Amino acid sequence: MAQTRREMLLDPLVDNNPITLQVLGICSALAVTSSLKVALVMTIAVTLVTAFSSMFISILRNQIPSSIRIIVQMVIIASLVILVDQVLKAYAFEISKTLSVFVGLIITNCIVMGRAEAFAMKNPPMASFIDGIGNGLGYGLILMLVGFFRELFGSGSLFGVTILETVNNGGWYVPNGMLLLPPSAFFIIGLLIWGFRTWKPEQVEEREHKIQTVEAH
Amino acid sequence: MEALLSLAVKAIFVENLALSFFLGMCTFIAVSKKISTAIGLGISVMIVQSITVPANNLILTYLLAPGALAWAGFGEVDLTFLGLISYIGVIAALVQILEMVLDKYFPPLYNALGIFLPLITVNCAILGGSLFMVERDYGFAESVTYGVSSGFGWALAITAMAGVREKLKYSDIPDGLQGLGITFITAGLMAMAFMSFSGVKL
Repeated sequence: MAQTRREMLLDPLVDNNPITLQVLGICSALAVTSSLKVALVMTIAVTLVTAFSSMFISILRNQIPSSIRIIVQMVIIASLVILVDQVLKAYAFEISKTLSVFVGLIITNCIVMGRAEAFAMKNPPMASFIDGIGNGLGYGLILMLVGFFRELFGSGSLFGVTILETVNNGGWYVPNGMLLLPPSAFFIIGLLIWGFRTWKPEQVEEREHKIQTVEAH
Repeated sequence: MEALLSLAVKAIFVENLALSFFLGMCTFIAVSKKISTAIGLGISVMIVQSITVPANNLILTYLLAPGALAWAGFGEVDLTFLGLISYIGVIAALVQILEMVLDKYFPPLYNALGIFLPLITVNCAILGGSLFMVERDYGFAESVTYGVSSGFGWALAITAMAGVREKLKYSDIPDGLQGLGITFITAGLMAMAFMSFSGVKL
């Protein structure tokens, strides 16, 4: 095995993050981040689904005919998502209402499919399980960061606990309503990517057109 | 009729699948580098969306909803928990059938759209459309309208995005923002522009 288990778990957090580098699973990253609690539940759900679907697909990888592998993967993933959906409906009904269709959309979350296709089809079950957890956490890291900024500055609280007393409640903080609206998530992720790539310059993409610099005489 | 028209306008502009629900973002970001490919993908999404949403609506009403199996003698059976797996199955099957039909009867169209069709199965906008239809209890007529117009809205958004990105590649962007970063910020600005449609009522 080229990578150790530790690397496999930690690599997707920053160096090979599914959202900022592999451009996978952005759909739900944006929509469920207006509060931290929801983002946390989503992180746990996606991590579990990715880990277990990778493991099951990896166990079956020698039995799955390659022509129908997508459908087989879909069935495994969809069954796991139904499980998560039912558990959420039973024990956390409020949150499952807020997440609405996005729990179901874990099925088409490209992280799950992407890891199944790129990793689990070629590696043993335990490694796939760890890879799934790592990628789920990498996804969760971005989700929590975005959720942190949006909830703290958008409504002055974290996990529903007031940190900055807002003006409406007689405090001093004027909340930035923009951060609760969908477009703000795009800006925050864009800026996060900027930050990540300044920190790790090797992730910067090639320019398609070089700007010519002319020496002044 | 009026209600359907207002539903259509709402689905295209106010509740645009791509820009206000972030559905189909992966393909939205990955395939929006050129206008021509973006239009091709947009049209395929629209076609698939207008078939799958009504199809899933029929499946829900006649097979899955509580009491829907009364015609077969199982009045008390509630199969809604099988929803997710049936919708994705229907989508995968329909995309496959569409691909074969296009290949047989409309080869030029197949050559133009062929590469995008498999991508569409895993496009969240398609599954999302069906799930919204379920959540909002649309009837059959409403789900036809919703399917067509939400697909159109998505196509509109990705075409506009590709237009912006074609110009954007000539500009001088800081290194770290190059590529993915600036694309996100552009999408954010477009989403803000689309938000100005909210409050439009027919």
